[in-house]
Amino acid sequence: MFKKKWAVVLLTLCLAIVAAACGNNANNSSNNGNQSSDSGSNGSGSGEKVTIKFMHLWPEGVSAGQNKIVNQIINEYQTEHPNVTIKQEVLDNEQYKNKLKVLSASNQLPDVGVTWAAGFLQPYVDGKLFAPLDDLLSGDLNGKFVNGTTEAYAIDGKTYGLPLEFNITPVYYNKAIFEKYNLQVPTTYDEFKNVVKTLSDNGIAPITLGNKDRWTGSLWYMYLADRFAGQETLANAINGSGSFKDPSLIKAATEIQSLVDSNAFVKGFNGLSNEEAKSEFLNGHAAMYMMGTWELPNFTTNEDIPQDFRNNVGFFKFPTVEGGKGDINSWVGGPGVGLFVSENSKVKDEAKKFVDYFVQKWGEQAVTGAGVIPATKVDTSTLQLPQLYLDLFDEMNKATSITLFADVQMEAGAAEKHLNLIQSLFGKAITPEKFSEEHDAALSK
Amino acid sequence: MDKVMSNKKIIALYVLPSLLLILAIVYIPIVLTGYYGLNEWNGIGSMKFIGFDNYSALIKDHLFWSSAGHSLLLAVFSALSLIVYLVIAMVLSAKLKGANLFRKIYLIPMLLSSVAIAQLWLKILHPTNGILNSILESLGVDNPPAWLAEPNLVLFALFIPILWQYAGFYILIYYAALKNIPTSLEEAAKIDGATSLQIAYKIKLPLAMEVIKVTIVLAVVGSLKYFDLIYVMTDGGPNGSSEVMASYMYHQAFKSYDFGYGSAIGFFLLIICLVATWVIRKLTASKDTIQYS
Repeated sequence: MFKKKWAVVLLTLCLAIVAAACGNNANNSSNNGNQSSDSGSNGSGSGEKVTIKFMHLWPEGVSAGQNKIVNQIINEYQTEHPNVTIKQEVLDNEQYKNKLKVLSASNQLPDVGVTWAAGFLQPYVDGKLFAPLDDLLSGDLNGKFVNGTTEAYAIDGKTYGLPLEFNITPVYYNKAIFEKYNLQVPTTYDEFKNVVKTLSDNGIAPITLGNKDRWTGSLWYMYLADRFAGQETLANAINGSGSFKDPSLIKAATEIQSLVDSNAFVKGFNGLSNEEAKSEFLNGHAAMYMMGTWELPNFTTNEDIPQDFRNNVGFFKFPTVEGGKGDINSWVGGPGVGLFVSENSKVKDEAKKFVDYFVQKWGEQAVTGAGVIPATKVDTSTLQLPQLYLDLFDEMNKATSITLFADVQMEAGAAEKHLNLIQSLFGKAITPEKFSEEHDAALSK
Repeated sequence: MDKVMSNKKIIALYVLPSLLLILAIVYIPIVLTGYYGLNEWNGIGSMKFIGFDNYSALIKDHLFWSSAGHSLLLAVFSALSLIVYLVIAMVLSAKLKGANLFRKIYLIPMLLSSVAIAQLWLKILHPTNGILNSILESLGVDNPPAWLAEPNLVLFALFIPILWQYAGFYILIYYAALKNIPTSLEEAAKIDGATSLQIAYKIKLPLAMEVIKVTIVLAVVGSLKYFDLIYVMTDGGPNGSSEVMASYMYHQAFKSYDFGYGSAIGFFLLIICLVATWVIRKLTASKDTIQYS
């Protein structure tokens, strides 16, 4: 028979292993295969072999267009600089964020990597992990960026990331469904509510929304807040100088719940991921879908999606509210991801040169290759581009203001709180008043 | 050989490699987690030692306690479901036609990765195109619920896949334990006129008891630290109604950048699991172990 004492010891051991396994993810995984790069010198002597580690989030399967461009740019760079080798590490979005954090904790960041703006950037800058890139901005990148993009990457007057993408968030709609029910593109919020009502009466899901991801619902709240309260009130509430208890902001939260009540959103939206919600739109089960312009390729050039459907996608600006302070040309959006250079990189100068090169090439190729809108200025007149892309591009240039996504603006803890509150608001687990109070409490910390 | 094996130095030498390994990847990290838990740290910058502040915040954190409640609920369900698995194993271990095939069928979920299982069940539970709701609608249920979006239903909608995932594992263990029981005992009981039920209850159950105790510990501890399906399927939502301790720890450390607090939760979870193990062993301790005669 098995001795009991040993059984206890063994079981406890197993248990400890298992319990430790999750708590110590960070420590374990940071020991996995992250050898520090072995390229010695700080100088960039032309003949010297240099390896630059580049970590990004465009895997082949998910972001085929971007992945191709990255590889092209890297190949070109290596051809032009035979002494430089770029070593890629590719992860998907969620994993990327986690890994970046783990690598920072153990001070093993890649030489070049992808980052988000504002709130995401803050802890890395505080920890002195990202190198300031202002010298690049005053170099040959001077004046190449769209206004307001590099600013989002600036902290205390220094820029720590160079933006690659610039996004605004329209409401995409299915023209065929709109035609079928004789619906016009809404320009006022009342018209919008009528569209919702007509569709829902006819058994079509008016709006698809994957609110499991929470930032998706945040977009809706931000637009309503902007249209009711105006851009400035919303901006002040988010940066803490104003308050979410502003009556017009509470009104916006109330309006979210009345949209939920009128069955505006697809069934079970709080349990659906954005990907699942998107497929509802792609297969014609839902009439409208609000999402950033990074989705454009799916509605224009992506051959995996039927041509018939792609021809049927239009967009409209979020309508204005009667008596609201918001302007129809005020958008929610902002710079997407950008590139950083690690402060502790052994090949910092080389890495900076590569980033400089990458950003310029990306601007030229992202438009045609991936169909996304780059953060650098592009002359679209010389390129053959889909109409939907051109229209949105023009809208972007006409924008009176662009409010950065709330969860990007806030620091991590407050952003997490905001996203949870959004889900509660949509799920009617919280009153608009309480929603506003909790926001103020989270932002004053 | 005996000489070698009784030499303490040799024993130490043989134990050393695995001891070093387990120290490096298990025990040292546990100690470190305990230490991180005493600091205010966002995982990136410098640490600030704050003593037991994280723990006192944890005691007051109602979100943590609600997720602990969800974990406990899962543990209760897992423990209760063991009864069902035991019955299934009993039936399978009887000489039944097709028992082998069924055993293999029950085992399939074990061979799939958690993420694949999560994707499968997401498809089943999809509010509009899911198999489950399609069946319900065809049975005349008007407007079946969106399982993963309803705060009151989401836990149960998650428990079913979790229990399904581990069913094969426990059935297999029970099956092996029951097969180990000498058939002579059963035959003797049959001659004395015992019914199958009596045999199951009076002979098989007591003889499988040691194994059952182990599975109770496994099921309870496994439930308390459960993470995978919940993370993929609901990410603790909606509004935290399916948050469990491990997912809450993950959110605090990796989403809110509160690494110190996350570590404190992790360490607390370890203590809870150890206590649970100890309690279960105390409760199920029997003075005399039954031996096969």
